[in-house]
Amino acid sequence: MLSYVLKRILSLIPVLFVVSVVIFLVIYLIPGGPATALLGLEASAEQIEQLNTELGFNRPFLVQYADWLSGVFHGDWGESFFLQQSVLDCIAQYFGPTLSLAILAQIFAVILSIPLGILAAYYRGSAVDLATVSVSLLGIAVPGFLLSMFLMLFFGVFLQLLPVAGYAPLSQGLWEHLRYLILPALSLGLVQAAYITRMTRSAVLDVLYSNFIRTARAKGLRESAVVFRYALKNAGPTILTVIGQSFGGLVTGTIVTETIFNIPGLGMLTMTSINRRDVFVIQGVVLFVTLIYVLVNLVVDILYGLVDPRIQLGRK
Amino acid sequence: MSKPLSRAASAAILQEQRQIRRERLLSTPGLLVGLVVFALIVLAALVIPAVSGVDPNEMTVSLRLSPPSPEHPFGTDEFGRDLFTRVLHGARVSLAVGGSVALLSCLLGTVIGIYASYFKALDQVLMRICDGLIAIPGILLAIALMAALGAGSWNVVLALTIVYTPSVARVVRSSALVTKAQTYVEAAKVQGATNRRILWKLILPSVISPLTVQASFIFAQAIISEASLSFLGAGIPAPAASWGNILQASRAVFSRAPWTVLFPGAAVVLCVLSLNLLGDGLRDYLDPRTGGRRKK
Repeated sequence: MLSYVLKRILSLIPVLFVVSVVIFLVIYLIPGGPATALLGLEASAEQIEQLNTELGFNRPFLVQYADWLSGVFHGDWGESFFLQQSVLDCIAQYFGPTLSLAILAQIFAVILSIPLGILAAYYRGSAVDLATVSVSLLGIAVPGFLLSMFLMLFFGVFLQLLPVAGYAPLSQGLWEHLRYLILPALSLGLVQAAYITRMTRSAVLDVLYSNFIRTARAKGLRESAVVFRYALKNAGPTILTVIGQSFGGLVTGTIVTETIFNIPGLGMLTMTSINRRDVFVIQGVVLFVTLIYVLVNLVVDILYGLVDPRIQLGRK
Repeated sequence: MSKPLSRAASAAILQEQRQIRRERLLSTPGLLVGLVVFALIVLAALVIPAVSGVDPNEMTVSLRLSPPSPEHPFGTDEFGRDLFTRVLHGARVSLAVGGSVALLSCLLGTVIGIYASYFKALDQVLMRICDGLIAIPGILLAIALMAALGAGSWNVVLALTIVYTPSVARVVRSSALVTKAQTYVEAAKVQGATNRRILWKLILPSVISPLTVQASFIFAQAIISEASLSFLGAGIPAPAASWGNILQASRAVFSRAPWTVLFPGAAVVLCVLSLNLLGDGLRDYLDPRTGGRRKK
């Protein structure tokens, strides 16, 4: 087990190396270089030159990269030009709402999609299956922001049940906190659920038609035991992986959802930073979110190894 | 050695093959539905604006936010522009962007995937780069690229191509690896065929079918991504109409004028849905195994 975990962690090194190079390079794509972006088009050549010297952008490329990378490891992710504080502080400040939103959305998605996926697979070809498949097909085709707008229209404007925008931190009480998050989390969660339902259905279907299930039924096992103890246990790792992978979509979904619902999270930070051309903040957020995404998938993979002993045997 | 088949016998076989193909096509209704709906959307986007001659940017201030009516089937937006015409013009932009992304990422991904499958040393480097790019959540990478490059349709195409190429490369590589191990490729190698010949004449044809499936999904994904980017204001800049743009403009007024969201939104959903159906259908049609499993 330990060697599996170790191997999995080691395999992340090249991935993270490429990620760091890509994220570092993004800054160089700016026409005229980062100093131009920070100072605006009116800046004189001397001002740009001065800022370049100040920030070290006229040093050799590799030196800059090495310097930036060591900064990343030492917790120095650069300074936000606009907010006058370090990028990591910015991220810490804006991370809470995003985390709450993502967790709530994932809870909605999982509660909805796993039972539906299992039901659809079990009653394959029935009306339940058909409805589930069609709705999830539709759900995958709906962009998150569109769903957000419809939900706002229906629950916020038409029924006037929930607030359509804004955010209350957890310190103002749990209900107050959740009240503002329900609609955005629902819109995010539904899009996620469409995807997870589809994958759960096909994972359970794959298992339900295998020989050991037929044997289990033939020896007279109760249906509930067949489905939950046999089928689900074997489809579990696949479903777990899907949930882990869907996390990437969830995080990027929060960016769009936050801007619509006016939630002061990482998404809003990204979008306002784009308008301010605050390039180091954008760079920092992308790096931070990618690290979380990679970490979540690492945990999922390790869990996968714990749940399914065949994985390690296969690797040896 | 078997005797060559008589002409009648080979004609019969060909006919039977055609029959089987027709049956398989009919057993995947999603493919047909997706194809027809998508073709209709493309046709409408190409023909109607050219025939009607209504200017998508013409503003009629007296008709601001008027609900759907016979003259304005989709209503008008907050500047009194005809939404029907704008949605169709937006379709041109969104389809062009989505199509270019699908085409470019498939071309690039195929070249990368095929070379990676064939040359071991190249494989390590290229696939690690792809892994790294895939590890960055898609829209986020696109947003970062757009922030650096600046708004504009070509930059959207460029950013999304960078986002989607790695996944194409992976798909192409894995199916090319299977082909590479086939006996006929070994045989060609032994006969002294050049690498170029093996790659493009023997391996390429085998990756075409997974590639077309992938292309239709990327097309759909790119349309959603373009809409999201433009909606966020990091995509195609304002005066031009794209689906994302139109929806962004609706954001401020949609509680008073729901039709400004409803129709452009429906256009996006319908288009993405038809492309997804097309992709699912193609996969079932092209891959005989899934077809078999369905009948079980």
